Amino acid sequence: MNIHEYQAKAILRKFGVPVPDGHVCYNSAGAREWAKRLGDGPWVVKAQIHAGGRGKGGGVKLAHSPDEVRNISREMLGMILRTHQTGAAGKLVTRVLVEKGCNIANELYVSLLVDRATSKVTVMASTEGGMDIEEVAAKTPEKIFIETVDPLIGLTAFQCRNIAFSLGLTGKLVGKATAVLEGLYTTFMACDCSMLEINPLVVTAENNLLALDAKFGFDDNAMFRHPKIADMRDYDEEDPKEIEASQFELSYISLSGNIGCLVNGAGLAMATMDIIKHYGGDPANFLDVGGGATIERVTEAFKIILSDKNVRGILVNIFGGIMKCDIIATGVVTAARQVSLSVPLVVRLEGTNVDRGKEILAESGLNIVAADGMADAAQKIVQAVKGANQ
Amino acid sequence: MSILIDKNTRVITQGITGATGLFHAQGARDYGTRMVGGVTPGKGGTYIDGFPVFDTVKEAVEKTGATASVIYVPPPFAADSIMEAVDAGVDMVCCITEGIPVLDMVKVKHFMIGKKTRLVGPNCPGVITPGECKIGIMPGYIHKPGRIGVVSRSGTLTYEAVWQLTCLGMGQSTCVGIGGDPVNGTNHLDVMRLFEEDPNTDAIIMIGEIGGNSEEEAARFVKENMTKPVAAYIAGRTAPPGKRMGHAGAIISGGKGTAAEKVAILEECGISVAASPAEMAQALMKVYKP
Repeated sequence: MNIHEYQAKAILRKFGVPVPDGHVCYNSAGAREWAKRLGDGPWVVKAQIHAGGRGKGGGVKLAHSPDEVRNISREMLGMILRTHQTGAAGKLVTRVLVEKGCNIANELYVSLLVDRATSKVTVMASTEGGMDIEEVAAKTPEKIFIETVDPLIGLTAFQCRNIAFSLGLTGKLVGKATAVLEGLYTTFMACDCSMLEINPLVVTAENNLLALDAKFGFDDNAMFRHPKIADMRDYDEEDPKEIEASQFELSYISLSGNIGCLVNGAGLAMATMDIIKHYGGDPANFLDVGGGATIERVTEAFKIILSDKNVRGILVNIFGGIMKCDIIATGVVTAARQVSLSVPLVVRLEGTNVDRGKEILAESGLNIVAADGMADAAQKIVQAVKGANQ
Repeated sequence: MSILIDKNTRVITQGITGATGLFHAQGARDYGTRMVGGVTPGKGGTYIDGFPVFDTVKEAVEKTGATASVIYVPPPFAADSIMEAVDAGVDMVCCITEGIPVLDMVKVKHFMIGKKTRLVGPNCPGVITPGECKIGIMPGYIHKPGRIGVVSRSGTLTYEAVWQLTCLGMGQSTCVGIGGDPVNGTNHLDVMRLFEEDPNTDAIIMIGEIGGNSEEEAARFVKENMTKPVAAYIAGRTAPPGKRMGHAGAIISGGKGTAAEKVAILEECGISVAASPAEMAQALMKVYKP
């Protein structure tokens, strides 16, 4: 789950991490009003969408008067912002963050994440603020500094100082950096983050530190204990099909191809996409119905797959463990009838209650192509879709 | 012989009075596993379908002589259940539960330092030594006793590999599902070490997916230390970067852990990598003759 920048900064403020004064605005008159309340300019107007690279796309602008804040906000609100992360479709801007500008002396980078290799929270810092950390890691790895956090002790003051000195900070900034890092660590732990990135963390001309941008990644598995964070989810930023799928506990990701997939298990679902591609087809989605799917969930999964207008055929690939093949078969038959399925459907079943499952499909009288094994299933659906297109 | 579990393994089920726990405890018992009881706090002293229920893992271990535990407890409480099993001193704990917060697992890993227990999972199908002992949710009938080891991050994809082997007449020594979470108890490398040392395992199929570097680590071990042939498959060749594909482990992050990079490293290390998931057993046949 992602949140907006203004929400991220509100969380950081709560944990004592210094961020610029600012306020989210939904209309240009409000933006002008807030600029005045924030005090002297200049101000920065930032479009609030869930994607990076906003500055290059025209989503971050400097204003020198409250009227200019209003004018910029008027242009931004309602615009479709395209960045390298949004793709060609872009995203509609419905809110802007109006912030007090600051005098930047130096830009740094700080992030926290759970490192798989050590199974510990790790702090990563770099002198190269404002750049993509992946790029820094590739070109100048010596400019990245790492401290691994002991789960029992937490981030210690000496580790914070190590980072501060590595970043070339001196004097009072060392103590300030320690406070910022401790605040970030507290935030990370208290909010069950999977990632927390401050890029850039700026040193101002007045020798203060400010988190100028903040990106949170939350652990979806932990959101049950963070209802307030879960409420920050902005459904407008997400694919409506993915939202609907999540309500039925289906793991769905829409892709650009034309063969819909319904699979149990994430690994097998990925492998199914791979094998479709291997035989020259193009998957329209990733869909994992999970282990405990019911007939209703399978039916819903079918509807979601078919709501994608690009879909020209469906491949069902089930290897039943917890999931029983007869349940899947009944779900497939029910769904195919309900939606009066008009595209080719190939079903491959294996595992618990497989014989009963195959019987249900055969007795249904529907035009379902049975397949033996993954290769056979993939070849059949790719063939059927190609045939239909000719 | 086999790795991790065999016909002498005595297993308790944590969360046995829940629908899922009971269903799979019954399934494992039907398979022939020595399922000796279960734990549900507050229901100690009762029986469920012939299984004695205990309040604590410690008591269950004392009364039943259990050497392994399998966990079906819901995600908010599962990390605590793992630590309880570790504290009770079982040899192996296998956590099937999916959806445990990663910071809970960070604590669990710290708790386990210096303890003798091996954790398999979480978010995994379990471990099976065909014909002897089944711990977890895999369908028993697809397996066949034999000499091929299987290790995988994914559940259903493991069944796929096992089924391909069985259909070609090649049985399995032990199949281990290590789970798809970023912080887990046992990784590919740990299992490869065990298979290398096991006199009854002749060859191995290793199944991985995008994200992390568990497969690469294991591959380097294969190249430097293993005498047995290894085949592999990496899922997620077509996954777009940054999209989370069901498993928390399957995020391509920062140019590390992509399928292409993994495949290249595995091949460099002399592993026979299957071009498609339908060819896992064939990929093994290229480097191993039964």
